[in-house]
Amino acid sequence: MDVTITLTVNGKRKTVTTDPQRPLLDVLREDLDLTGSKYSCGEGLCGACTVLMDGDLILSCITPVGEVDNKAITTIEGLATGDSLHPVQEAFLAEDAVQCGYCAPGMIMTSAALLKKKPRPTDEEVVEWMNGNLCRCCGYPKILTAIRRAARQGSEVKVS
Amino acid sequence: MMKDTPASEMLESECCEPVDEQRSAFQVSRRGFLQLLGSGLLITVTESVSFGQSRATGSRRSGTVGARLHIGQDGRITVMTGKVEIGQGSRAQLTQAAAEELRVSVDQIRLVMADTALVPNDGTTAGSRTTPSTVPAVRRGAATARELLTEMACERWKVDRGTVKVREGAIVHPATGRKITYAALAGAKDIAKVYEAAIPRDVEVTPVSEWEVLGTSVPRPNRRDLVTGAHRFPSDIVRPRMLYGKILRPPSYGATLSAIDLSEAKAMDGVVVVRDGNFVGCAAPTSFRAAQAVQAIAKTASWKAAPHPSSKELFSYLKNHARSGGGGRRGSRGGANGSVEDALEKASKVLREVYGISYIQHAPMEPRAAVAEWNDGTLAVWTGSQAPNRVHSQLAQAFGIESGRVRVIIPDMGGGFGGKHTGEVAVEAARLAKGAGRPVSLRWSREEEFIWAYFRPAGVIEIQAGLDANGLTVAWDFTNINSGGAAIASPYEIRNKRTQFLRSDPPLRQGSYRCLAATANNFARESFMDELAAAAGADPLAFRLAHIENARLRAVLETAAKRFRFSERKGKNGQDVGVGLACGTEKGSYVAACVEVSVDRKRGSIDVRRVCEVFECGAIQNPDNLRSQVEGCIIMGLGGALTEEIQFENGKVLNPSFRQYQVPRFADVPELDIHLLDRPDLPSAGGGETPIIAIAPAIANAVFEATGIRIRCMPIRGVALKQG
Repeated sequence: MDVTITLTVNGKRKTVTTDPQRPLLDVLREDLDLTGSKYSCGEGLCGACTVLMDGDLILSCITPVGEVDNKAITTIEGLATGDSLHPVQEAFLAEDAVQCGYCAPGMIMTSAALLKKKPRPTDEEVVEWMNGNLCRCCGYPKILTAIRRAARQGSEVKVS
Repeated sequence: MMKDTPASEMLESECCEPVDEQRSAFQVSRRGFLQLLGSGLLITVTESVSFGQSRATGSRRSGTVGARLHIGQDGRITVMTGKVEIGQGSRAQLTQAAAEELRVSVDQIRLVMADTALVPNDGTTAGSRTTPSTVPAVRRGAATARELLTEMACERWKVDRGTVKVREGAIVHPATGRKITYAALAGAKDIAKVYEAAIPRDVEVTPVSEWEVLGTSVPRPNRRDLVTGAHRFPSDIVRPRMLYGKILRPPSYGATLSAIDLSEAKAMDGVVVVRDGNFVGCAAPTSFRAAQAVQAIAKTASWKAAPHPSSKELFSYLKNHARSGGGGRRGSRGGANGSVEDALEKASKVLREVYGISYIQHAPMEPRAAVAEWNDGTLAVWTGSQAPNRVHSQLAQAFGIESGRVRVIIPDMGGGFGGKHTGEVAVEAARLAKGAGRPVSLRWSREEEFIWAYFRPAGVIEIQAGLDANGLTVAWDFTNINSGGAAIASPYEIRNKRTQFLRSDPPLRQGSYRCLAATANNFARESFMDELAAAAGADPLAFRLAHIENARLRAVLETAAKRFRFSERKGKNGQDVGVGLACGTEKGSYVAACVEVSVDRKRGSIDVRRVCEVFECGAIQNPDNLRSQVEGCIIMGLGGALTEEIQFENGKVLNPSFRQYQVPRFADVPELDIHLLDRPDLPSAGGGETPIIAIAPAIANAVFEATGIRIRCMPIRGVALKQG
């Protein structure tokens, strides 16, 4: 049976009436036209669908939309502030850390959550944190370089 | 006597294109398809294609400047190509190619890719052909346009061509200070003659020494959209009134549908059910509802199963079904020199080994997806395929419509790796859209992608070779069963050689993969070269060099060995640590890799700790992108080398998930030393494939050095090393 769910997506209040078992990913993509979050495995093993819920990472492909009632969701479309990109997005551009780009939204959301939690992670911490995200172009080296750059710049911003 | 096939003839996917089972699956009548497509512009995509209507006439005949590019009066230049962007960087590289010859910055160029209503047919995006074929085609088109525009300016000014210069999108006459931009010329009445001009084959293009845009690291033109989520991949295309589809799949390979009750799905709100023989699918307002509808009727389906071999017996199955003689392609991808039998008989030592290559899946991040839309008997499909024109004909054939009524658009898509040369998802989406009378988006699930997409072929490779008293190879006999003929010819100087590829009766639907069978053939050849070196009591590096005359192959091998300090490290590693090397050539480029592995014999695992790879593909056109391709090949290659293997039994894939089918992750990335050898004196070859072929054999050779155990299959299963 359909239920009505209210959630805040990228700062905007949205109401959807739908089957609460539908994955949040489907609702974002099919009902709210936010197609930046990607389907790739459907079972939480690749990270392409990663979004933030109240600031924490969730895998939207295995999160039933019924569980996000009254929650605040941030997707890749909501990461930039106006025209100004998030430091992680800037770092991905600066390091050319994108091949096909299909994993990029999930990679960027996952990295942004890491740097929020731990602004200066060690390489080992980055690898451990990111290991749930797949890139089949296997562009991992440049993604790691981009995360290091974002960490560096993030802390520089704080110091100044 | 047959010569080895030259590299120039090794075109894309020569041996193993999959058979499309769906080619005539539908019985579609031709009724109702009355209206012609007209100008060829059925739909404007997500952005408007403003130039199209006025020039979709004679000026777009193939081979003309107008078919390749258009100059806007606002100064923007639109360049058209049939190639697709899969992540390999073709959008940046082809933009560079046009900018170089037009003498403009890359920002002034908009590249329209793979829209069959707008672009020339540049073939399938495969075989590393964009760099050696399409880049030159775009450069010739752009250079022709530049010269014709320059002539127009000279005619206006009544000056000689030799007195003017072209820079920053304008023709200037320094003597008089006159200047006219392309944009201004584009508004002239006689611009049509530029578009109608044929592009000569021999038009002069800018020599490497004068490159200003090519040879530099131009990033992806649409990179901002890729990091903000704004780019629409094929999976993301939305059309008005669009439904979402789901297909009912058989429970096993070869199973046929005997009976099904569709009533439960038909009774569901908003659901459309389409059945056409074995094809059953549902379309619904959400993909969740479509999946529920398919599940509901799947319970009522009865299937007639077909016998199917299992992966446990794969290698004997392929060998038993090998077609020698008439049915095979004996010699067609290899050839023979000298007399192998005589040389083997006279050899001091003869070695014979068999190698096995498993089936693997491409598993691109974006599974197959398509959106199909019918309008008055015309069909537009947005899909992720490397072969837009093949999909175009497949759709026209499947629905019995004229090709002019079909338009295929390939948005930059989420990976391919040789795995998306077909159009099955486009046909399925179009079938559902036709039944529903509304646009339908169909996106395969990961499980469907694992089971129903075609696989990289498995293979059995048999090699025998003979050494003379000096430890040189005098006989080489190489047979590949089923996996293909790419890079089957040995690059080593051996007097008596026989090389053959035999087809078999493949148990799985198989097709291209990044570098095709070159990985399999190079794995077996380079592993066996180490076995021969050991038998000759020689160092693997020195043994190879003694058989190499090709200077380019020698250069990459020597450079890699030197950078890695291979000779110093070999034989001086700790327990269960080893180093190995391998080299190879394919598609006009050269690669060598040295690796260090450590082996955990308790757990039966192999850890690749360091990789040094040297790659050379002529004049480098985009260094950063090439580095990304080499990094990607090395790390993707780790998967096929160590873990990836499709297991199947009774017609079912046993591991259709990233849970069981392990692909490389962040934690698997070794320490990398990548060196790109630039050869501005040589023509540019593609670089997105060949760097994958050296990694697996270098690992197998390192594992042998670490343990004394030779593993002759891909993946190289560490379990074979387990002790106790």
